[in-house]
Amino acid sequence: MATREITYLEAVREAMSQEMRQNEDVFILGEDIGVYGGAFGVTRGMIEEFGPERVRNTPISEAAIAGAAIGAALTGMRPILELQFSDFITIAMDQMVNQAAKTRYMFGGKGKVPMVLRTPAGSGTGAAAQHSQSLEAWMAHIPGLKVVQPSTAYDVKGLLKAAMDDDNPVIFYEHKLLYKTSAEVPEEPYSIEIGKADIKREGTDVTVVATAIMVHKALEAAAQLEKEGISVEVIDPRTIVPLDKETIIDSVKKTGRLIVVHEAVRRGGIGGEIASMVAESEAFDYLDAPIKRLGGKEVPIPYNPNLEKAAIPQVPDILAAVRETVKYK
Amino acid sequence: MMKTLKLPEMITEEKLKDLYKQMWTIRYFDEKVDQFFAKGLIHGTTHLCVGQEASAAGSIAVIGTKDKIVSTHRGHGHCIAKEGDVNKMMAELFGRVTGYCKGKGGSMHIADVEKGNLGANGIVGGGLPLAVGAALTSKMKKENYVVLCFFGDGASNEGSFHESVNLASIWDLPVVFICENNQYGMSGSVKEMTNIENIADRADAYGIPGKVVDGLDMVEIMNTVDEAVQRARNGFGPSLIEMKTYRWKGHSKSDAKKYRTREEENEWRAKDGIKRFKEFLKSEGVLNEEEAKQLQDAALAEIEEAVRFAENSPEPSIDSLLEDLYA
Repeated sequence: MATREITYLEAVREAMSQEMRQNEDVFILGEDIGVYGGAFGVTRGMIEEFGPERVRNTPISEAAIAGAAIGAALTGMRPILELQFSDFITIAMDQMVNQAAKTRYMFGGKGKVPMVLRTPAGSGTGAAAQHSQSLEAWMAHIPGLKVVQPSTAYDVKGLLKAAMDDDNPVIFYEHKLLYKTSAEVPEEPYSIEIGKADIKREGTDVTVVATAIMVHKALEAAAQLEKEGISVEVIDPRTIVPLDKETIIDSVKKTGRLIVVHEAVRRGGIGGEIASMVAESEAFDYLDAPIKRLGGKEVPIPYNPNLEKAAIPQVPDILAAVRETVKYK
Repeated sequence: MMKTLKLPEMITEEKLKDLYKQMWTIRYFDEKVDQFFAKGLIHGTTHLCVGQEASAAGSIAVIGTKDKIVSTHRGHGHCIAKEGDVNKMMAELFGRVTGYCKGKGGSMHIADVEKGNLGANGIVGGGLPLAVGAALTSKMKKENYVVLCFFGDGASNEGSFHESVNLASIWDLPVVFICENNQYGMSGSVKEMTNIENIADRADAYGIPGKVVDGLDMVEIMNTVDEAVQRARNGFGPSLIEMKTYRWKGHSKSDAKKYRTREEENEWRAKDGIKRFKEFLKSEGVLNEEEAKQLQDAALAEIEEAVRFAENSPEPSIDSLLEDLYA
C-alpha cells in the first residue's frame, strides 16, 4: 500500500471522507462542522465535497444531536457525531448512556445503533477546566459502549474505519495535541481491530501501559531510560473497551513490572481497572514490584500553562516511576 | 353508513370498529397489569394509560405500517395501537423469554422495531431526540415515513423537548410531536410546573404549528393528527399537538394520589374516551350495542389469552444474561 506522511487530523478527515464516498448511509453531524470546518478544523473542506445534507451543521443542542444520531442509527443510517469538546458529553450523557448504550440490550437484542461519537479530549491548549478533560473512564464504565483512544495518525485512521464499520455505538476520543502529529499513513482505507493493543516499543524490564498522548510521553521516557540500561516496553491499548487484556498480561509476565499512565484524573481512572485486571490475572505471580498508576491530579485543569502541565503526568514523572519500580528485584 | 362527520380517508367503518376494540384491548391490558401488580404477580414497576386510550389509538390510526412511533414510559397503549402483540407484551411484563425484550426490558422498554415502534422509554423526554433521528433517516433515505413522537406534559419541561422540536423544525423533518398532557407528572400538576395555558403554545417558539385537541375525542384526534402527518409527509416539517387527557390510575404502582382530589378524578372518568367513541359510532350508525359488546368481549378474551401465554412461557435462562448487548 502506498503511504505518505499526514497528520492525525488529516487521517481522521481522510477516514471519514473515504467512508462517505463509498457508503451513502454515513453522514456527519455536529456544531460548526460546515464551512467553519469544526472547532479544530477536522471537517474542513468536507461540506464542499459532500454537501450540507451529509455534513450537517447543527444547533448547539448536544442532547438532541446525540439522540438524533442514535435515532438515525436505529433506523438504518451510520452517523458520525462530532462533539466540539469531549467535555460537552456531559450534555449528551443521557442519550449516550441511557439510550445508545442500552437500546439493544433493553430491546432483547433487537435493533442496533451503529454510530461513532468523535470528540477531542485532553489538556494542553490553555482552554482550562471546561474544555480540557479526559472523561473516557466514565464511558468505559457503561456496558454497551465501545471506547477508543488512538495515539497516532496511523492508528486513528484504521481505528476510525473500524469504528464506522462497527454496528455498536463507539466513543472515539481524539487528543487535541495529537491532531498536528504526523505518521506514515496508507492512502487506501484499512481497519485496525477494536480491542487490539499495540506494543509501541518492546522492552524487558518494565511494562508501561499508556493511553492517548501519554503513549508519546512514555516513548520519550523509554528512549531516555534505554541510556540508563533500563528496557521499557510501551503498550498502547488503543481501545479501552474492549480492552486487550492478553497483550498486557503477556507483557507483565515478561517484565514483572507494570506502570499505567493516563492523562485522566487518577482517581477512578482506567489505570485502576488495568492495574486490578493484572493483579487478578496469572501475571500477579510474575510481579516483582508494586503496580504504579500515574494519572491526572485531583483538580480541574487550570489555565496557567505551568499549572496545566503540573496537573497531568509528564515525562519526568514517568522516568521517576520507572526508576523506582526497577529498584525492586 | 356514516352520516355526518368527516374523517381521514383511511378510517373506514371497519377501521372504526377495530379502533373501538383496540381501545378496550388497551384498557383491559392495563387493568389486568394493575391487578397483577396488586397481587404481587408482576415485579418492578409499570405506568398505566387507563383513561388515555384515545390519544394512542386515535393518533396511530392515521399512520401506516411503514410509519414509526416513539413511545414513553406510559407506552402500553402506543404499542398495542402500533400492531403490537399483546402476548409478547404481557410476557415481557412477566419477565419471560417470549416477551418483546426476552424479559430484559420490562414495561418501560417494550419496543417492536420491525413494526416501527422504536420503543417506550424510561427517561422522561429521552425519546424526543430519537424521533428526530428516525425522521432524519426518513428524509435522507427518502423513505417517506412519518414519526409520531409521544411524550408527556412533564417531558415538555425537559431540555430535550426544546432542542428536539427546534432541530426538527430547522430541518423540516417528518415528525409529529404529540404531547399527552395527562395533567400530572409523578405528582407535579402541569399548572404548577408550567406558566402557560397550553403546552402546544410552545410550538410558536420553534416556528411550527401547534394545536390543542380534546384528548378523549377520537374524531378530533384522528383529524388533527392526520393533518399534521400529511404536512410532515409532504415535506413541510413537524407539528406539535397537545392532547388534553387524564390518567385514571396513579403515576406508578406506589401512588396514593394525594396531589389530586377524588372529585377531579370522577369528573374525568365521566368523560371516558371509550364510552364517548361508542356513542359516536352508534350515532353514526357504525355500531349497535350488541356489536359493541361483542368487540369489548373479544378484547377481554385477547388479554386473557395473553395472560395465559405469559404465565405458560419460560423464564429466560441465566446463560442469556450477557447476550444481546453488542451487535
